[in-house]
Amino acid sequence: MKIKQLSIFLQNRMGSLSKPLEVLSEADVNIKAMCMADTSEFGILRLVVDNPEKGKEALEENNFLVKLTEIIGVEMNDTPGGLTSVLKVIKDHEIDLEYLYAFTHEKVGKAILLLHADKLDNLVEALQDNDMVIVPADEVYNL
Amino acid sequence: MFWNEKIETMPREDLEELQLKKLQETVKRAFNKIPYYNQKYSEAEVFPEDIETLKDIEKLPFITKDDLRESYPFGLFAVDIKDIKEIHSSSGTTGKPVVSGYTEKDLDTWAETIARGLTMMGIGEEDILQNTHGYGMFTGGFGVHYGCHKVGATIIPISTGQTRRQIEIMSDFGTTGLIFTPSYGIHLGEVALEDGIDPKDLRIKAIGFGAEGWTEEIRHRVEEIFGTKAYNIYGLTELMGPGVGIECEAQNGLHIAEDIYYPEIIDPNTEKVIGAEKSGELVLTNLEREGMPVIRFRTKDLTRITYEKCDCGRTHARISRITGRSDDMIKVKGVAIFPSQIEKALLKVGDVEPHYMIIVTRPGTLDEIEVKVEASQDIFFDGVKEMMNIQEKIGKSIENETGIRVKVTLVEPKTLPRFEGKAKRVIDKRNLH
Repeated sequence: MKIKQLSIFLQNRMGSLSKPLEVLSEADVNIKAMCMADTSEFGILRLVVDNPEKGKEALEENNFLVKLTEIIGVEMNDTPGGLTSVLKVIKDHEIDLEYLYAFTHEKVGKAILLLHADKLDNLVEALQDNDMVIVPADEVYNL
Repeated sequence: MFWNEKIETMPREDLEELQLKKLQETVKRAFNKIPYYNQKYSEAEVFPEDIETLKDIEKLPFITKDDLRESYPFGLFAVDIKDIKEIHSSSGTTGKPVVSGYTEKDLDTWAETIARGLTMMGIGEEDILQNTHGYGMFTGGFGVHYGCHKVGATIIPISTGQTRRQIEIMSDFGTTGLIFTPSYGIHLGEVALEDGIDPKDLRIKAIGFGAEGWTEEIRHRVEEIFGTKAYNIYGLTELMGPGVGIECEAQNGLHIAEDIYYPEIIDPNTEKVIGAEKSGELVLTNLEREGMPVIRFRTKDLTRITYEKCDCGRTHARISRITGRSDDMIKVKGVAIFPSQIEKALLKVGDVEPHYMIIVTRPGTLDEIEVKVEASQDIFFDGVKEMMNIQEKIGKSIENETGIRVKVTLVEPKTLPRFEGKAKRVIDKRNLH
Protein backbone atom coordinates (compact mmCIF):
# COMPACT_ATOMS: atom_id res chain seq x y z
CA MET A 1 0.00 0.00 0.00
CA LYS A 2 2.84 2.36 0.82
CA ILE A 3 4.52 4.00 -2.14
CA LYS A 4 8.29 4.01 -2.33
CA GLN A 5 9.41 7.48 -3.19
CA LEU A 6 12.92 8.43 -4.28
CA SER A 7 14.42 11.20 -2.17
CA ILE A 8 17.56 12.65 -3.74
CA PHE A 9 20.00 15.07 -2.14
CA LEU A 10 21.02 17.91 -4.45
CA GLN A 11 23.02 21.05 -4.05
CA ASN A 12 21.19 24.22 -4.89
CA ARG A 13 23.09 25.37 -7.92
CA MET A 14 22.53 25.96 -11.59
CA GLY A 15 21.84 22.77 -13.48
CA SER A 16 21.85 20.39 -10.54
CA LEU A 17 18.39 19.09 -11.35
CA SER A 18 19.13 17.97 -14.89
CA LYS A 19 21.76 15.30 -14.15
CA PRO A 20 19.59 12.98 -12.01
CA LEU A 21 16.73 13.32 -14.46
CA GLU A 22 19.04 12.36 -17.31
CA VAL A 23 20.20 9.33 -15.36
CA LEU A 24 16.60 8.20 -14.87
CA SER A 25 15.79 8.75 -18.48
CA GLU A 26 18.84 6.67 -19.51
CA ALA A 27 17.67 3.91 -17.18
CA ASP A 28 14.21 4.08 -18.74
CA VAL A 29 12.57 5.02 -15.45
CA ASN A 30 9.45 7.11 -15.82
CA ILE A 31 8.52 9.87 -13.42
CA LYS A 32 4.92 9.98 -12.25
CA ALA A 33 5.04 12.87 -9.82
CA MET A 34 7.69 15.11 -8.34
CA CYS A 35 8.27 17.82 -5.84
CA MET A 36 11.30 19.75 -4.72
CA ALA A 37 12.06 21.01 -1.23
CA ASP A 38 14.82 23.53 -1.27
CA THR A 39 16.91 25.84 0.89
CA SER A 40 19.41 28.41 -0.32
CA GLU A 41 22.14 25.75 -0.30
CA PHE A 42 20.63 22.34 -0.88
CA GLY A 43 17.43 20.66 -1.90
CA ILE A 44 15.68 17.34 -1.67
CA LEU A 45 14.17 16.12 -4.90
CA ARG A 46 11.26 13.76 -4.30
CA LEU A 47 10.10 11.54 -7.12
CA VAL A 48 7.43 8.91 -7.57
CA VAL A 49 8.52 6.69 -10.45
CA ASP A 50 7.33 3.49 -12.11
CA ASN A 51 10.26 1.44 -10.77
CA PRO A 52 11.76 2.89 -7.57
CA GLU A 53 14.39 0.16 -7.02
CA LYS A 54 15.70 0.47 -10.54
CA GLY A 55 15.72 4.25 -10.23
CA LYS A 56 17.64 4.14 -6.96
CA GLU A 57 20.21 1.75 -8.39
CA ALA A 58 20.81 3.90 -11.47
CA LEU A 59 21.15 7.07 -9.41
CA GLU A 60 23.52 5.48 -6.92
CA GLU A 61 25.69 4.17 -9.72
CA ASN A 62 26.06 7.81 -10.67
CA ASN A 63 27.06 8.80 -7.14
CA PHE A 64 23.79 10.37 -6.12
CA LEU A 65 22.70 10.23 -2.54
CA VAL A 66 19.29 8.54 -2.62
CA LYS A 67 16.90 7.17 -0.06
CA LEU A 68 13.69 5.24 -0.55
CA THR A 69 11.05 6.91 1.56
CA GLU A 70 7.61 5.51 2.20
CA ILE A 71 4.68 7.78 1.46
CA ILE A 72 1.02 7.11 0.82
CA GLY A 73 -1.33 8.18 -1.95
CA VAL A 74 -4.94 9.05 -1.26
CA GLU A 75 -7.60 9.68 -3.82
CA MET A 76 -9.36 12.99 -3.60
CA ASN A 77 -11.98 14.82 -5.60
CA ASP A 78 -10.59 17.10 -8.27
CA THR A 79 -13.05 19.84 -7.25
CA PRO A 80 -12.84 22.93 -5.07
CA GLY A 81 -12.57 21.76 -1.47
CA GLY A 82 -11.25 18.32 -2.41
CA LEU A 83 -7.93 18.84 -0.66
CA THR A 84 -9.50 20.60 2.32
CA SER A 85 -11.69 17.61 3.16
CA VAL A 86 -8.65 15.30 3.33
CA LEU A 87 -6.64 17.76 5.39
CA LYS A 88 -9.51 18.19 7.84
CA VAL A 89 -9.42 14.47 8.68
CA ILE A 90 -5.65 14.66 9.23
CA LYS A 91 -5.95 17.69 11.41
CA ASP A 92 -8.78 16.23 13.45
CA HIS A 93 -6.60 13.22 14.22
CA GLU A 94 -3.74 15.50 15.22
CA ILE A 95 -1.33 13.99 12.77
CA ASP A 96 1.67 16.12 11.89
CA LEU A 97 2.25 16.11 8.13
CA GLU A 98 5.83 16.43 6.92
CA TYR A 99 4.98 17.31 3.34
CA LEU A 100 2.51 16.68 0.56
CA TYR A 101 2.15 17.05 -3.18
CA ALA A 102 -0.48 16.04 -5.67
CA PHE A 103 -1.03 15.13 -9.27
CA THR A 104 -3.91 14.37 -11.61
CA HIS A 105 -4.13 11.42 -13.97
CA GLU A 106 -6.55 9.89 -16.48
CA LYS A 107 -9.24 9.25 -13.88
CA VAL A 108 -11.62 12.12 -14.56
CA GLY A 109 -12.75 14.12 -11.52
CA LYS A 110 -10.13 12.54 -9.27
CA ALA A 111 -6.60 13.45 -8.22
CA ILE A 112 -4.00 11.69 -6.10
CA LEU A 113 -2.64 13.36 -3.02
CA LEU A 114 0.77 12.10 -1.86
CA LEU A 115 1.45 12.40 1.86
CA HIS A 116 4.31 11.88 4.24
CA ALA A 117 4.11 11.87 8.02
CA ASP A 118 6.19 10.36 10.79
CA LYS A 119 3.25 8.26 11.91
CA LEU A 120 2.34 6.90 8.52
CA ASP A 121 0.29 3.96 9.87
CA ASN A 122 -1.87 6.24 12.01
CA LEU A 123 -2.40 8.41 8.96
CA VAL A 124 -3.58 5.45 6.87
CA GLU A 125 -5.90 4.32 9.62
CA ALA A 126 -7.40 7.77 10.08
CA LEU A 127 -8.04 8.19 6.36
CA GLN A 128 -9.55 4.71 5.99
CA ASP A 129 -11.80 5.27 8.98
CA ASN A 130 -13.17 8.25 7.12
CA ASP A 131 -13.81 6.26 3.95
CA MET A 132 -10.97 7.74 1.99
CA VAL A 133 -9.44 5.60 -0.73
CA ILE A 134 -5.77 4.77 -0.29
CA VAL A 135 -4.32 4.17 -3.74
CA PRO A 136 -2.22 0.96 -3.85
CA ALA A 137 1.42 1.50 -4.65
CA ASP A 138 1.33 -0.74 -7.73
CA GLU A 139 -1.51 1.28 -9.14
CA VAL A 140 0.51 4.49 -8.78
CA TYR A 141 3.65 2.93 -10.34
CA ASN A 142 1.59 1.66 -13.30
CA LEU A 143 -0.52 4.71 -13.97
CA MET B 1 68.34 52.73 20.04
CA PHE B 2 69.03 49.58 22.01
CA TRP B 3 67.46 48.29 25.17
CA ASN B 4 70.42 46.08 26.03
CA GLU B 5 73.22 47.25 23.76
CA LYS B 6 75.90 45.01 25.22
CA ILE B 7 73.95 41.84 24.59
CA GLU B 8 72.21 42.90 21.39
CA THR B 9 75.39 43.96 19.63
CA MET B 10 77.69 41.35 21.15
CA PRO B 11 80.27 39.95 18.72
CA ARG B 12 79.01 36.59 17.48
CA GLU B 13 81.95 34.73 18.90
CA ASP B 14 81.18 35.99 22.39
CA LEU B 15 77.48 35.42 21.88
CA GLU B 16 78.09 31.80 20.90
CA GLU B 17 80.26 31.28 23.93
CA LEU B 18 77.47 32.66 26.10
CA GLN B 19 74.93 30.44 24.32
CA LEU B 20 77.04 27.33 24.88
CA LYS B 21 77.40 28.06 28.57
CA LYS B 22 73.65 28.61 28.93
CA LEU B 23 72.84 25.54 26.83
CA GLN B 24 75.04 23.32 28.97
CA GLU B 25 73.37 24.63 32.11
CA THR B 26 69.90 24.23 30.65
CA VAL B 27 70.46 20.65 29.51
CA LYS B 28 71.99 19.73 32.84
CA ARG B 29 69.12 21.21 34.81
CA ALA B 30 66.51 19.63 32.56
CA PHE B 31 68.21 16.23 32.81
CA ASN B 32 68.48 16.42 36.58
CA LYS B 33 65.14 17.98 37.42
CA ILE B 34 62.65 16.82 34.81
CA PRO B 35 61.89 13.09 34.47
CA TYR B 36 60.75 13.56 30.86
CA TYR B 37 64.21 14.71 29.71
CA ASN B 38 65.99 12.26 31.96
CA GLN B 39 64.16 9.33 30.44
CA LYS B 40 64.26 10.58 26.87
CA TYR B 41 67.96 11.47 26.90
CA SER B 42 68.87 8.25 28.70
CA GLU B 43 67.02 6.27 26.04
CA ALA B 44 68.86 8.17 23.33
CA GLU B 45 72.09 7.65 25.27
CA VAL B 46 72.96 11.29 25.25
CA PHE B 47 73.93 13.01 28.48
CA PRO B 48 74.57 16.60 29.60
CA GLU B 49 78.34 16.12 29.42
CA ASP B 50 78.04 15.30 25.71
CA ILE B 51 77.24 18.95 25.00
CA GLU B 52 80.72 20.31 24.37
CA THR B 53 79.98 22.61 21.45
CA LEU B 54 76.83 24.35 20.25
CA LYS B 55 76.62 21.89 17.39
CA ASP B 56 76.31 19.09 19.94
CA ILE B 57 72.72 20.22 20.49
CA GLU B 58 71.95 18.16 17.38
CA LYS B 59 72.57 15.01 19.42
CA LEU B 60 69.52 15.80 21.55
CA PRO B 61 66.09 14.51 20.56
CA PHE B 62 63.38 16.99 19.57
CA ILE B 63 60.39 17.83 21.72
CA THR B 64 57.00 18.28 20.07
CA LYS B 65 53.64 19.79 20.95
CA ASP B 66 52.40 16.26 21.62
CA ASP B 67 55.17 15.67 24.16
CA LEU B 68 54.17 18.89 25.89
CA ARG B 69 50.54 17.82 25.93
CA GLU B 70 51.42 14.45 27.40
CA SER B 71 53.15 16.23 30.23
CA TYR B 72 49.93 18.11 31.01
CA PRO B 73 49.67 20.02 33.21
CA PHE B 74 52.94 20.47 35.16
CA GLY B 75 55.06 17.53 33.97
CA LEU B 76 57.77 19.71 32.44
CA PHE B 77 58.21 22.09 35.33
CA ALA B 78 61.73 22.11 36.66
CA VAL B 79 60.83 23.87 39.90
CA ASP B 80 58.39 23.49 42.73
CA ILE B 81 54.95 24.96 42.17
CA LYS B 82 55.71 27.47 44.96
CA ASP B 83 58.30 29.02 42.65
CA ILE B 84 55.93 29.24 39.68
CA LYS B 85 54.42 32.71 39.65
CA GLU B 86 52.26 32.52 36.57
CA ILE B 87 50.77 29.97 34.22
CA HIS B 88 49.70 30.45 30.63
CA SER B 89 48.20 28.10 28.12
CA SER B 90 47.93 27.83 24.35
CA SER B 91 44.69 28.52 22.54
CA GLY B 92 44.92 25.17 20.73
CA THR B 93 42.01 22.97 21.62
CA THR B 94 43.17 19.59 20.30
CA GLY B 95 42.94 17.45 23.39
CA LYS B 96 44.79 18.90 26.35
CA PRO B 97 46.23 22.39 25.95
CA VAL B 98 49.92 23.17 26.30
CA VAL B 99 50.71 24.70 29.67
CA SER B 100 53.59 27.09 30.22
CA GLY B 101 54.90 27.98 33.69
CA TYR B 102 56.99 31.02 34.68
CA THR B 103 59.08 31.81 37.73
CA GLU B 104 59.57 35.41 38.76
CA LYS B 105 62.86 35.46 36.88
CA ASP B 106 61.20 33.96 33.79
CA LEU B 107 58.63 36.75 33.76
CA ASP B 108 61.49 39.20 33.89
CA THR B 109 63.30 37.45 31.04
CA TRP B 110 60.11 37.49 29.02
CA ALA B 111 59.65 41.21 29.70
CA GLU B 112 63.29 41.74 28.69
CA THR B 113 62.67 40.28 25.21
CA ILE B 114 59.58 42.44 24.70
CA ALA B 115 61.41 45.51 26.04
CA ARG B 116 64.15 44.98 23.45
CA GLY B 117 61.45 44.74 20.76
CA LEU B 118 59.54 47.81 21.90
CA THR B 119 62.81 49.75 21.87
CA MET B 120 63.44 48.53 18.30
CA MET B 121 60.04 49.95 17.44
CA GLY B 122 60.91 53.25 19.09
CA ILE B 123 58.58 52.81 22.07
CA GLY B 124 59.94 54.21 25.31
CA GLU B 125 59.03 56.01 28.54
CA GLU B 126 57.16 58.82 26.83
CA ASP B 127 54.84 56.49 24.98
CA ILE B 128 51.31 55.21 25.50
CA LEU B 129 50.87 51.66 24.24
CA GLN B 130 47.42 50.29 23.51
CA ASN B 131 47.51 46.51 23.71
CA THR B 132 44.61 44.91 21.83
CA HIS B 133 45.90 41.37 22.40
CA GLY B 134 43.60 39.33 24.60
CA TYR B 135 44.46 39.23 28.29
CA GLY B 136 44.12 35.87 29.97
CA MET B 137 45.79 32.54 29.37
CA PHE B 138 46.86 33.72 25.90
CA THR B 139 50.48 34.92 26.16
CA GLY B 140 49.98 37.85 23.78
CA GLY B 141 48.28 40.09 26.32
CA PHE B 142 50.51 39.76 29.39
CA GLY B 143 53.77 39.33 27.48
CA VAL B 144 53.39 42.73 25.87
CA HIS B 145 52.10 44.13 29.17
CA TYR B 146 55.21 43.15 31.16
CA GLY B 147 57.55 44.35 28.42
CA CYS B 148 55.77 47.67 28.36
CA HIS B 149 56.27 48.08 32.11
CA LYS B 150 59.93 47.29 31.65
CA VAL B 151 60.52 50.04 29.10
CA GLY B 152 58.50 52.38 31.24
CA ALA B 153 55.83 53.21 28.72
CA THR B 154 52.19 53.64 29.73
CA ILE B 155 50.13 50.59 28.93
CA ILE B 156 46.43 50.61 28.06
CA PRO B 157 45.39 46.99 28.68
CA ILE B 158 42.23 47.25 26.61
CA SER B 159 42.39 43.68 25.29
CA THR B 160 40.50 42.49 22.19
CA GLY B 161 37.19 43.77 20.81
CA GLN B 162 35.08 46.85 21.54
CA THR B 163 36.35 48.35 18.32
CA ARG B 164 34.65 51.74 18.68
CA ARG B 165 35.90 52.14 22.24
CA GLN B 166 39.40 51.27 21.02
CA ILE B 167 39.20 54.13 18.54
CA GLU B 168 37.80 56.55 21.09
CA ILE B 169 40.59 55.75 23.52
CA MET B 170 43.26 55.96 20.81
CA SER B 171 42.06 59.42 20.03
CA ASP B 172 41.28 60.69 23.57
CA PHE B 173 44.29 59.19 25.39
CA GLY B 174 46.72 60.02 22.61
CA THR B 175 47.89 56.45 22.06
CA THR B 176 51.31 56.39 20.36
CA GLY B 177 51.83 52.64 19.99
CA LEU B 178 49.47 49.87 18.98
CA ILE B 179 49.70 46.11 19.33
CA PHE B 180 47.30 44.05 17.24
CA THR B 181 46.88 41.14 14.85
CA PRO B 182 47.13 42.45 11.27
CA SER B 183 43.56 41.54 10.37
CA TYR B 184 42.17 43.21 13.49
CA GLY B 185 44.35 46.24 12.82
CA ILE B 186 42.94 46.68 9.34
CA HIS B 187 39.43 46.26 10.73
CA LEU B 188 40.17 48.85 13.42
CA GLY B 189 41.43 51.29 10.80
CA GLU B 190 38.45 50.79 8.56
CA VAL B 191 35.94 51.30 11.35
CA ALA B 192 37.75 54.49 12.34
CA LEU B 193 37.54 55.78 8.76
CA GLU B 194 33.84 54.92 8.64
CA ASP B 195 33.36 57.03 11.77
CA GLY B 196 35.15 59.94 10.16
CA ILE B 197 38.42 59.53 12.06
CA ASP B 198 41.52 59.23 9.93
CA PRO B 199 43.96 56.98 11.84
CA LYS B 200 46.79 58.96 10.21
CA ASP B 201 45.70 62.01 12.20
CA LEU B 202 46.12 60.15 15.50
CA ARG B 203 49.46 60.13 17.28
CA ILE B 204 50.37 56.53 16.44
CA LYS B 205 54.07 56.23 15.75
CA ALA B 206 54.64 52.46 15.83
CA ILE B 207 52.65 49.28 15.49
CA GLY B 208 53.62 45.81 16.62
CA PHE B 209 51.75 42.94 15.12
CA GLY B 210 51.75 39.19 15.16
CA ALA B 211 49.84 36.09 16.25
CA GLU B 212 48.73 35.33 12.70
CA GLY B 213 50.00 35.01 9.15
CA TRP B 214 50.50 38.08 7.02
CA THR B 215 52.16 39.23 3.83
CA GLU B 216 54.12 42.31 2.83
CA GLU B 217 50.91 43.58 1.17
CA ILE B 218 49.09 43.34 4.49
CA ARG B 219 51.93 45.20 6.20
CA HIS B 220 51.78 47.94 3.58
CA ARG B 221 48.04 48.21 4.01
CA VAL B 222 48.40 48.57 7.80
CA GLU B 223 51.18 51.14 7.38
CA GLU B 224 49.12 53.05 4.84
CA ILE B 225 46.05 53.17 7.06
CA PHE B 226 47.90 54.32 10.17
CA GLY B 227 50.58 56.32 8.41
CA THR B 228 53.34 54.67 10.40
CA LYS B 229 55.62 51.63 10.47
CA ALA B 230 54.40 48.18 11.52
CA TYR B 231 56.78 45.64 13.06
CA ASN B 232 56.43 41.90 13.19
CA ILE B 233 56.48 40.11 16.54
CA TYR B 234 56.92 36.35 16.76
CA GLY B 235 56.56 34.00 19.66
CA LEU B 236 55.12 30.79 21.01
CA THR B 237 53.48 29.92 24.31
CA GLU B 238 55.60 26.77 24.51
CA LEU B 239 58.83 28.76 24.65
CA MET B 240 57.51 31.72 26.67
CA GLY B 241 55.26 33.83 24.47
CA PRO B 242 55.69 36.77 22.10
CA GLY B 243 59.16 38.23 21.91
CA VAL B 244 61.11 35.25 20.57
CA GLY B 245 61.68 37.35 17.47
CA ILE B 246 60.94 41.02 16.80
CA GLU B 247 61.69 43.28 13.86
CA CYS B 248 63.95 46.28 14.16
CA GLU B 249 63.64 49.54 12.19
CA ALA B 250 65.33 47.87 9.20
CA GLN B 251 62.19 45.70 8.83
CA ASN B 252 64.36 43.05 7.27
CA GLY B 253 63.70 39.97 9.36
CA LEU B 254 62.99 39.36 13.03
CA HIS B 255 65.87 39.40 15.51
CA ILE B 256 65.85 36.30 17.66
CA ALA B 257 66.86 37.13 21.23
CA GLU B 258 69.71 34.68 20.87
CA ASP B 259 70.97 34.83 24.43
CA ILE B 260 67.51 33.66 25.48
CA TYR B 261 66.43 31.39 22.62
CA TYR B 262 68.66 29.16 20.53
CA PRO B 263 67.33 28.81 16.97
CA GLU B 264 67.97 26.01 14.48
CA ILE B 265 66.49 25.42 11.05
CA ILE B 266 65.84 21.81 10.08
CA ASP B 267 64.51 19.98 7.07
CA PRO B 268 61.12 18.85 8.42
CA ASN B 269 61.37 15.55 6.55
CA THR B 270 64.91 14.42 7.30
CA GLU B 271 64.97 16.32 10.63
CA LYS B 272 68.56 17.33 9.86
CA VAL B 273 69.82 20.82 10.59
CA ILE B 274 70.19 22.71 7.31
CA GLY B 275 71.70 25.95 8.55
CA ALA B 276 71.45 29.51 7.35
CA GLU B 277 69.80 31.04 4.29
CA LYS B 278 67.70 27.98 3.48
CA SER B 279 64.00 27.59 4.12
CA GLY B 280 63.06 24.99 6.72
CA GLU B 281 61.36 24.43 10.05
CA LEU B 282 62.34 26.53 13.02
CA VAL B 283 63.45 24.62 16.11
CA LEU B 284 63.84 26.59 19.35
CA THR B 285 65.51 26.02 22.69
CA ASN B 286 65.11 28.01 25.89
CA LEU B 287 68.53 29.14 27.06
CA GLU B 288 67.28 31.16 29.98
CA ARG B 289 64.32 29.60 31.67
CA GLU B 290 63.88 28.30 35.18
CA GLY B 291 60.29 27.20 35.31
CA MET B 292 60.00 25.09 32.22
CA PRO B 293 63.05 24.73 30.00
CA VAL B 294 62.00 23.56 26.53
CA ILE B 295 64.80 22.04 24.50
CA ARG B 296 64.69 21.62 20.73
CA PHE B 297 61.01 22.39 20.26
CA ARG B 298 59.72 21.77 16.75
CA THR B 299 57.70 24.88 16.01
CA LYS B 300 56.44 23.56 12.62
CA ASP B 301 56.79 27.13 11.41
CA LEU B 302 58.68 27.49 8.14
CA THR B 303 61.22 30.27 7.81
CA ARG B 304 64.83 31.10 6.89
CA ILE B 305 67.59 32.35 9.17
CA THR B 306 70.49 34.69 8.55
CA TYR B 307 73.46 35.47 10.80
CA GLU B 308 74.55 38.50 8.74
CA LYS B 309 74.94 41.61 10.84
CA CYS B 310 71.87 43.81 10.51
CA ASP B 311 71.90 47.46 9.39
CA CYS B 312 70.63 48.35 12.85
CA GLY B 313 73.88 47.15 14.39
CA ARG B 314 72.47 44.09 16.14
CA THR B 315 74.40 40.86 15.80
CA HIS B 316 71.56 38.55 16.75
CA ALA B 317 70.30 36.27 13.97
CA ARG B 318 67.24 37.18 12.00
CA ILE B 319 64.45 34.94 10.71
CA SER B 320 62.25 35.81 7.75
CA ARG B 321 58.53 36.15 8.36
CA ILE B 322 56.84 32.77 8.77
CA THR B 323 55.97 31.55 5.28
CA GLY B 324 53.98 28.46 6.19
CA ARG B 325 53.71 25.37 8.31
CA SER B 326 55.34 21.98 8.05
CA ASP B 327 52.10 20.46 9.33
CA ASP B 328 48.53 21.23 8.28
CA MET B 329 47.69 23.73 10.98
CA ILE B 330 45.82 26.82 9.88
CA LYS B 331 45.42 29.98 11.84
CA VAL B 332 42.01 31.56 11.64
CA LYS B 333 41.14 34.68 13.60
CA GLY B 334 44.35 34.08 15.57
CA VAL B 335 43.23 30.59 16.64
CA ALA B 336 45.15 27.50 15.59
CA ILE B 337 43.05 24.85 13.90
CA PHE B 338 44.05 21.41 12.68
CA PRO B 339 42.00 19.47 10.13
CA SER B 340 42.08 16.59 12.63
CA GLN B 341 39.85 18.66 14.90
CA ILE B 342 37.29 19.10 12.13
CA GLU B 343 37.50 15.37 11.49
CA LYS B 344 36.87 14.61 15.14
CA ALA B 345 33.91 16.99 15.18
CA LEU B 346 32.40 15.34 12.10
CA LEU B 347 32.79 11.87 13.58
CA LYS B 348 30.77 12.98 16.57
CA VAL B 349 27.83 13.76 14.30
CA GLY B 350 27.86 10.82 11.86
CA ASP B 351 29.21 7.32 12.30
CA VAL B 352 31.46 7.29 9.30
CA GLU B 353 34.11 9.81 8.52
CA PRO B 354 32.81 11.97 5.73
CA HIS B 355 34.81 13.68 3.05
CA TYR B 356 35.29 17.30 3.83
CA MET B 357 37.19 20.37 2.80
CA ILE B 358 38.06 23.48 4.75
CA ILE B 359 37.96 26.73 2.84
CA VAL B 360 39.43 29.78 4.47
CA THR B 361 38.76 33.19 2.97
CA ARG B 362 39.09 36.79 3.99
CA PRO B 363 36.30 38.55 2.13
CA GLY B 364 36.87 41.87 3.89
CA THR B 365 39.43 42.11 6.62
CA LEU B 366 38.25 39.25 8.81
CA ASP B 367 38.72 35.54 8.26
CA GLU B 368 35.84 33.30 7.31
CA ILE B 369 35.91 29.58 7.33
CA GLU B 370 33.62 27.26 5.46
CA VAL B 371 33.56 23.51 5.91
CA LYS B 372 32.15 21.61 2.96
CA VAL B 373 30.95 18.18 3.93
CA GLU B 374 29.87 15.50 1.50
CA ALA B 375 26.46 14.27 2.53
CA SER B 376 26.28 10.51 3.06
CA GLN B 377 23.59 7.94 3.89
CA ASP B 378 24.00 8.35 7.64
CA ILE B 379 23.49 12.09 7.54
CA PHE B 380 20.84 12.20 4.83
CA PHE B 381 17.19 12.43 5.73
CA ASP B 382 14.11 13.03 3.65
CA GLY B 383 13.29 16.29 5.39
CA VAL B 384 14.60 19.82 5.08
CA LYS B 385 14.20 20.32 8.83
CA GLU B 386 16.31 17.28 9.64
CA MET B 387 18.97 18.33 7.14
CA MET B 388 19.14 21.83 8.60
CA ASN B 389 19.50 20.20 12.03
CA ILE B 390 22.39 18.11 10.76
CA GLN B 391 24.09 21.21 9.39
CA GLU B 392 23.62 22.98 12.68
CA LYS B 393 24.84 19.96 14.66
CA ILE B 394 28.00 19.78 12.56
CA GLY B 395 28.55 23.51 13.04
CA LYS B 396 28.11 23.23 16.82
CA SER B 397 30.37 20.21 17.02
CA ILE B 398 33.11 22.04 15.12
CA GLU B 399 32.67 25.07 17.33
CA ASN B 400 33.02 22.90 20.44
CA GLU B 401 36.16 21.35 19.08
CA THR B 402 37.87 24.46 17.71
CA GLY B 403 36.21 27.42 19.38
CA ILE B 404 35.54 28.90 15.98
CA ARG B 405 32.18 29.38 14.33
CA VAL B 406 32.19 28.08 10.78
CA LYS B 407 29.78 27.95 7.90
CA VAL B 408 28.83 24.36 7.13
CA THR B 409 27.77 23.45 3.60
CA LEU B 410 26.51 20.00 2.71
CA VAL B 411 27.52 18.98 -0.78
CA GLU B 412 26.67 16.02 -3.01
CA PRO B 413 28.71 12.82 -2.68
CA LYS B 414 31.96 12.58 -4.65
CA THR B 415 31.95 16.25 -5.57
CA LEU B 416 34.94 17.26 -3.44
CA PRO B 417 38.37 16.66 -4.96
CA ARG B 418 40.08 13.37 -4.13
CA PHE B 419 43.81 13.13 -3.55
CA GLU B 420 46.21 10.30 -3.89
CA GLY B 421 48.16 9.77 -0.72
CA LYS B 422 47.81 12.49 1.86
CA ALA B 423 44.54 14.34 1.45
CA LYS B 424 44.61 18.08 1.05
CA ARG B 425 41.91 19.25 3.40
CA VAL B 426 42.49 22.97 3.44
CA ILE B 427 42.11 25.55 0.74
CA ASP B 428 43.44 28.81 2.05
CA LYS B 429 42.32 31.59 -0.26
CA ARG B 430 43.74 34.36 1.91
CA ASN B 431 47.06 34.41 0.03
CA LEU B 432 49.08 34.82 3.17
CA HIS B 433 52.18 33.08 1.97
